[in-house]
Amino acid sequence: MTPSLIERLREIVGSDFVLTVPEDTVVYEQDAFLVARAHPDAVVLPGSAGEVTAAVRATHEVGVPLIVRGAGTGLNGGSIPVRGGVMLVLTRLDRILEIDPRGRTATVEPGVINADVTVRTLGDGLFYAPDPGSQGVSTIGGNIGNNAGGPHCLAYGVTGNHVLEMDVVTSSGEIVTVGSRSLDPPGYDLAGLIVGSEGTLGIVTRITVRLLRRPEAVQTLLAVFETIDDASQTVSEIIAAGIIPTAMEMIDGVVMRAVEAAIHAGYPADAGAVLLIEVEAHADALTRIGARIEEIARRHHPRQLRAAASARERELLWKGRKEGAGALGRLAPSYYLHDGVVPRTKLPGVMRRVAEIARAHDLVIGNLFHAGDGNLHPTILFDPRVPGMLDRVVAAGEEILKACVDAGGSITGEHGVGIEKRDYMKWLFTEADLEAMRRVKRAFDPDGRLNPGKLLPDGQPPAYALQTGARAWS
Amino acid sequence: MELMDRDRGPGTGERKAAWPVLTSLVIELRRIAGGAHVLVAPEDVIVYEQDGSILQAMPEIVVLPGSIDEVRAIVRAARAAGVPIVPRGSGTGLAGGAVPAGGGVVISLARLNRVGEVDLRGRTAIVEPGVINLDVTKGIAPQGYFYAPDPSSQAACSVGGNLANNSGGPHTLAYGVTTNHTLGVEVVLHDGNPLWLGGHVPDGPGYDLCGVFVGSEGTLGIVVQGIVRLMRARESVRTLLAVFDRMDDATRVVVDITGAGIVPAALEMMDQTTIEAVERGAPAGFPRDAEAVLLVEVEGVREYTERALREIDAICRRGAVRDVRIAQTEAERQALWKGRKGAFGSLGTLAPNYYVMDGVVPRSRLPETMRRVAEIGRAFGVRIANVFHAGDGNLHPNILFDMRVPGALDRVIEAGAAILRACVDAGGSLTGEHGIGLEKREYMSWVFTEADLGAMARIRRAFDPTAGFNPGKVFPSPPACGEARRAPAKIPAGLWV
Amino acid sequence: METAVSPTHLPQAPSRPRPQPIPSLQIPELDQCVHCGLCLTQCPTYRVTHLETESPRGRIHLVRAAADGRIAPTERFAEHLYLCLMCRACETACPSGVKYGRIAEAAREVLGPPGSPFSRAVAGLAFRRLFPRLDRMRTLMKLLRFYQRSGLRAVTRLLPRRLREMEALLPPVPDRFFAPEAEVLPAIGPRRARVAFLSGCVMPLLFGEINEATIRVLRRNGCDVLIPKDQGCCAALNVHNGEMVAAKAMARRNIDTFLAAGVDAVIVNAAGCGATMKEYGHLLANDPVYAEKAQRFSQLVKDASEFLVDLGLTGPLGPVRMTVTYQDPCHLAHGQRVRVQPRNLLAAIPGLTLVEMEASDRCCGSAGIYNITHPEMSQTLLDEKMASIARTKANAVVAPNPGCMLQIRSGAQRTATGVTVYHLMDLLDRAYQAGEAGS
Repeated sequence: MTPSLIERLREIVGSDFVLTVPEDTVVYEQDAFLVARAHPDAVVLPGSAGEVTAAVRATHEVGVPLIVRGAGTGLNGGSIPVRGGVMLVLTRLDRILEIDPRGRTATVEPGVINADVTVRTLGDGLFYAPDPGSQGVSTIGGNIGNNAGGPHCLAYGVTGNHVLEMDVVTSSGEIVTVGSRSLDPPGYDLAGLIVGSEGTLGIVTRITVRLLRRPEAVQTLLAVFETIDDASQTVSEIIAAGIIPTAMEMIDGVVMRAVEAAIHAGYPADAGAVLLIEVEAHADALTRIGARIEEIARRHHPRQLRAAASARERELLWKGRKEGAGALGRLAPSYYLHDGVVPRTKLPGVMRRVAEIARAHDLVIGNLFHAGDGNLHPTILFDPRVPGMLDRVVAAGEEILKACVDAGGSITGEHGVGIEKRDYMKWLFTEADLEAMRRVKRAFDPDGRLNPGKLLPDGQPPAYALQTGARAWS
Repeated sequence: MELMDRDRGPGTGERKAAWPVLTSLVIELRRIAGGAHVLVAPEDVIVYEQDGSILQAMPEIVVLPGSIDEVRAIVRAARAAGVPIVPRGSGTGLAGGAVPAGGGVVISLARLNRVGEVDLRGRTAIVEPGVINLDVTKGIAPQGYFYAPDPSSQAACSVGGNLANNSGGPHTLAYGVTTNHTLGVEVVLHDGNPLWLGGHVPDGPGYDLCGVFVGSEGTLGIVVQGIVRLMRARESVRTLLAVFDRMDDATRVVVDITGAGIVPAALEMMDQTTIEAVERGAPAGFPRDAEAVLLVEVEGVREYTERALREIDAICRRGAVRDVRIAQTEAERQALWKGRKGAFGSLGTLAPNYYVMDGVVPRSRLPETMRRVAEIGRAFGVRIANVFHAGDGNLHPNILFDMRVPGALDRVIEAGAAILRACVDAGGSLTGEHGIGLEKREYMSWVFTEADLGAMARIRRAFDPTAGFNPGKVFPSPPACGEARRAPAKIPAGLWV
Repeated sequence: METAVSPTHLPQAPSRPRPQPIPSLQIPELDQCVHCGLCLTQCPTYRVTHLETESPRGRIHLVRAAADGRIAPTERFAEHLYLCLMCRACETACPSGVKYGRIAEAAREVLGPPGSPFSRAVAGLAFRRLFPRLDRMRTLMKLLRFYQRSGLRAVTRLLPRRLREMEALLPPVPDRFFAPEAEVLPAIGPRRARVAFLSGCVMPLLFGEINEATIRVLRRNGCDVLIPKDQGCCAALNVHNGEMVAAKAMARRNIDTFLAAGVDAVIVNAAGCGATMKEYGHLLANDPVYAEKAQRFSQLVKDASEFLVDLGLTGPLGPVRMTVTYQDPCHLAHGQRVRVQPRNLLAAIPGLTLVEMEASDRCCGSAGIYNITHPEMSQTLLDEKMASIARTKANAVVAPNPGCMLQIRSGAQRTATGVTVYHLMDLLDRAYQAGEAGS
């Protein structure tokens, strides 16, 4: 890191917004991926898109790595500067630039908090659909980097389905507009390429997202089962019956007990699993669809079936789900949250396999996940102070992901690859597949400066320290 | 505009001979695909000089591979000979994307038409590119499933062609375009190697290269298999025809319907000229004296469709509708859709040629844009038939003309450019679903900066370093990038129009 | 952005003669095709070959190119035009209502009959000397009947394969030809209409019983039925094979004969004949003497099913207990747009169940003499058809056209499915007989 680059960056963003001393920068060495960290050489907090571009150009001339970060809630270590360099933190770019209620779009800066988009558009009867568990904290820019999902993706799709247009700064400081506010823009779908590219292709400085109309009526159903297997079978059958709930979430006994201890959401603490099923429809149809779901659930020995009777009860049920991961801190000092995907039809089998893996490694695994999507989040509880335990956790995690891939699934549904699953990419992709991605990477970032060491395996060993003293962030 | 003299025979133009190269390529291709599947005689290749657009250019060779391995070998052979490759499905494209602008080898994928594994529980199907769009749905309809993208040409167009153009259709309004229904594609790259992009699981890790391929108009490689998403048939589908005395009322009703928060599965408009054509060609019972009709379809649970119909009916009545007809039987519904889907093809009853635009505008700008289209028609003295996806703001003004009238084509192209300009100025775009192809490539600089186009060019080079797949398409010819933004469209030299 | 691949081009062989425009092909129907391509998948030959040269749009494109002098009407060109079955399924599919049949007929007129010089000579002889003379047809069929019963068939195994296959297509000639007992057969019951009946050229010889059944059904529905002695062959085969001179002469003769009869309708029970006769108006549009008469005549022509549905069936229909599937003859469904009426008549027969087959309006491959000129394509289409029929599990097929009946019968024999083939009038006649027996 040359003094002249720091000087230049200070000129661009103002000296208050260039951090270089360890007591300032240390907080940027880690995100919500609890097992690794690496220190940036400098942290820059630009205040405008123009400052981002200028900062990128300045680093381009010197040729240092460039890492972009939002709220740092990512679960794969994607914002950890494993090769050092300059980190651009975009949290100051938090303006909602335009809301067009008739065209149902919002144009925002990348540092805008996900939930704020919905809050600002509620008055127009609209909302922004992607709802990751971290939506109260995570930024739109970070959501784009990881193509984030959420419980309601089942009906609405992930972030990529809701991003219309973006301004992207390439590694050389060129501004490219990708996508379009109108449907199916001409040329290559570069917007789709940028979404989910984890900061390796460019830096997004302005985004136009699609807004949806709020549903007329919502019903939230809670189905309690003695076993995960019964719950999994119910999920499969509901989907096979052609019903698409807006969300269908599963919470197993392990997580339920933690949630109940933390927030008393009203889950039975001794059950095997619950399904949280949300249906949005025309008011008159809700009862009928609810009855059909109930009929299917009844075939699988439910202990209890009930509908949320009030908005408050509904909120509480969801709070339990969304804060479920955080509540696990009550059961163990740390956890390793996975993000595998399986075809829905394979769900019961894979869930049995996850339980076997837990037994084999003598570990406790909690499950809370998007069952309707087949997007699992097996969460392995552990205590980093127990010698050798982390190794077992890592081994079990690898086996779980392998089981997902073997079932025809994938290694990530919504959290991204980052550094965590970079080497597992080879399970899914051939060398030719990866080479095609590398060619695309070079087309945008010929020098490999953008978020190096992430997403694509590059043959180099991971340059980060495994953490052994971490505790869950909740 | 440079046009070739129509009276000169093919092969008598400026094309340079490269006999030895082509002769040995033909021998090689015959060895690969079999003699019956390699066409070189003018009486054979001439039918591949045109697609659904008005542009023509003769290929030297047409080859119809019967397997993925044959596609690979053909690509290798043609690229080794330095001959451009132009992929083709059913040739129903409307932007000249399958017209071999610079000559070369047309690879027709019509014989690769097998439907592979259909997984109804996982709701996916593996299809080859030559499979006809409608056949995908036909095969699964008895089990209560369907394939959502439904371009008007769906009875004839191929899934591969749809992938290349990221095709839409009337039901795009509810279901999105082809890319939203494509989970993965296997492609053959410039070196003949195959590559799977995407897969059965949506939103997989890594770059979304499947998404890049969908809509790339054959410029990156050749799709030889696709995994498409299947959908469950809706419980209830209802269709309504609203007849308007004035176009302006019809466009306002479109804005009102969507403004009221109703998202119909389809919201289609046809103007008087189109109605006239449909009724002349294959009558569907549309009133000929109406200025516009709207075809509105709602889908979902019964309770919803019934109420949505009532609401739409009420909005139409507030909007000075002349008549609202609700299809009471499936046969009545099919009759209405047959008229809509045949609308393009029926324009032949009014004029020998039409030039279709595919502009997009924000829905709220629809009324003024339609007025502007009518003004442009008057100003250029051309007749325009409008049939389009009103709910998406995706216009299809069809300029009717007779190619043989001297000067007619020039006027038509200028009028088309003016219409697209009006769409772009209204905050819209050049194409909603037909693609850029040959016809609209010079307008790309209206919506993209040089940096934007440069990024796309780099992606192209990443896949196809020598740009031998479908050359001359999508991207403006090099000097145009810096040209005045209002430069008239150039039809590349050597093209027959 | 693309420069590295230099386009290289195959020049046309310099020895090819420079093509000349062909004014007689510059017909207005060509202008109506806007190249949308919706016809492709409805075309049987495109479905089999996947070649656009064998599609309606491709053939129209070829004809247009030849008309403009961009290509010459070579042998290869002729092959594309003659691989067409003339089923006109594309006309049903075409949103612009392009009359493909007329374009193809114009091209075939320029090309002349298909095939090798020898087969052209034979065909020409047949078109000019045989079809126009029903007496000669009758003599030929008698010879054929003699041959079939003489034991001479054993010799056919000595024939080359192609001829042997053609021989196998020959239908057995029945013992008795159609010979109406009088030129006018009166209505049974109150008279409701006076019609003339086209007995046809092949029908009376191979399907005499169907003609008799048709006449009985018409009479039971209160029709006086005239069978004019001077009528001739409808000329469908001539029109389809570019033999327009003979075709026009044959048309004029039929027009004179039938118009002189002074009837309410001219009833046809063969779809191919009906379609051709409904287009006499077009065939003779440039004939100053006959243009108007031809129009008038064409208005009178009705398929038997079309006529009976318009008239309304009368009389007691008895049960005919069978499950059938219905094959839409191309020249009824596509050529005359008659689809509903035959189904309505079948529905009127008590005890009869109709199970629809997949693509009932796709050509069975018969197509006039097509099964002889293009046996392979014809066979492929027939195989598909037999498979569709088999999937319905019906034990009978109704196909109101002699060509389709012969073709499907030969398919049933080959596949040994035991499916029987009926004309619609056969079944109606049976129903009336059953009704009579019951009352």
